[in-house]
Amino acid sequence: MSEVKYSKEHEWIKLDGEEATIGITKHATEMLGDIVFAELPEKGSNVDKDGTAGVVESTKAASDVYTPVSGEVIDTNQMIVDDPSKINEDPEETAWFFKLKIKDKSEMDSLMSKEEYEKFAKETSA
Amino acid sequence: MSIKKTSLNNLHIKHGAKLVVFAGYQMPIQYKDGIIQEHKYTRSHSGIFDVSHMGQLFISGGDDLTNDLEKIFPADLKKLKTNQSKYSFLMNNKGGIQDDLIITKTSDGFLIILNAACKYNDYEVIKSKLDNQYKLNLDESLSLIALQGPEAKNVLNKVIPGCDSLKFMNGNNHVYKNEKVYITRSGYTGEDGFEISIKNSDAETFVESLIENGSKLIGLGARDTLRMEAGLCLYGNDLDNDTSPIEANLKWAIPKSRIETEFVGSEVLKNQFQSGVKKLRVGIKPDSRVIARGNTKIYNDKNQEIGKVTSGTFGPSVEHPIAMGYVDNSYSTVNTKIFLEVRGKKIPANICNLPFYKKNYVKGEINV
Repeated sequence: MSEVKYSKEHEWIKLDGEEATIGITKHATEMLGDIVFAELPEKGSNVDKDGTAGVVESTKAASDVYTPVSGEVIDTNQMIVDDPSKINEDPEETAWFFKLKIKDKSEMDSLMSKEEYEKFAKETSA
Repeated sequence: MSIKKTSLNNLHIKHGAKLVVFAGYQMPIQYKDGIIQEHKYTRSHSGIFDVSHMGQLFISGGDDLTNDLEKIFPADLKKLKTNQSKYSFLMNNKGGIQDDLIITKTSDGFLIILNAACKYNDYEVIKSKLDNQYKLNLDESLSLIALQGPEAKNVLNKVIPGCDSLKFMNGNNHVYKNEKVYITRSGYTGEDGFEISIKNSDAETFVESLIENGSKLIGLGARDTLRMEAGLCLYGNDLDNDTSPIEANLKWAIPKSRIETEFVGSEVLKNQFQSGVKKLRVGIKPDSRVIARGNTKIYNDKNQEIGKVTSGTFGPSVEHPIAMGYVDNSYSTVNTKIFLEVRGKKIPANICNLPFYKKNYVKGEINV
């Protein structure tokens, strides 16, 4: 049974054992508009909780993508680099950004549940 | 200062616009379809742009008006026929651009379309340079609607029959709902199109009838990507008080007949015509998908800074990142390799020809 949590920077994280898959939320894509560029962390690199781990750009502006937890990058999604519009189409499933081997599972505790995130997203965009 | 609204504000909201404040006005940045779809619809069909925030300055009264305006603007206004338009500049004494604008000769004077952020200052500057001798009216009872795209002529002709006979950079009076409207064939997207000056109270029904005939509202976001693909400058980004029309690669807008004559900034321009300029506006195409936006630093292959990007985005029709900026003149030749500093990395790019997207203007008379 996997666990899905959300960050205040509008990333989602799905944890299966020690493997975490991270992407940006549908709400984030709606705020960004049409995404035309994605940059991902390098495979094998280590990223720290709340640190920059990528970039997305819409026609309007560039935004950093942060990692909600620390770990080693074990995979990245080339599909979204080749066709960034996939991020608008399916942000919370096939258009994931990167996978981590998670360093410390307790870092998940401070993140939000789906309900908490939806409330947060609604409040911050109002 | 309170935020102004155009006469189409309710319509923007009704069509799901995301509103932003631009030049003191609440304006739509995009609608429900988003920037890329809006951009492509303009290129394939037609798009409606609310440009009512721009200034419509009418100047009339007095036989010397043309002469006196030529002391301000570097355009050949004496040769201009009634209803003909020219792109020109309001400059300072250093030849820097205070605004870029379109001047149209009307039956009793001139109409000048000014950028929204500059219009009140332009009005004061022009009024004072004309020594208060003429009647100046920055008319805010009028809206300005641009209709752009290959289908623009067909859509507009259904609403206002007869306007498709206009030639590019020409205008005329037409009638809509028994009221006078002034239409010019012009625009800022690289497409054929029109700008319609219409009473505020008629603007909403007019735009609704354009929509009924197949056109769609387009926001400022797509207006920006469209004008960039067309290689056109945005005042405040690509043009400013410290940049001359020669440096901006807009020499074509200064007719040869005016170079030796006097106008505001003419000394500097004459000098630049003879001796050349140090920096020049160029088109820039990054090798990869990385987007270099305004203020990105430009380097040569020896890691020396040679210029700055002034506008950059992803071009939805060319399907590639595009940019324009200023480089040291010795690097302005097409195909020169340059490097753009984006997020700490040097991204390879090439100087390229403008526009990125080829124009589809309906040509009128050519004045050499």
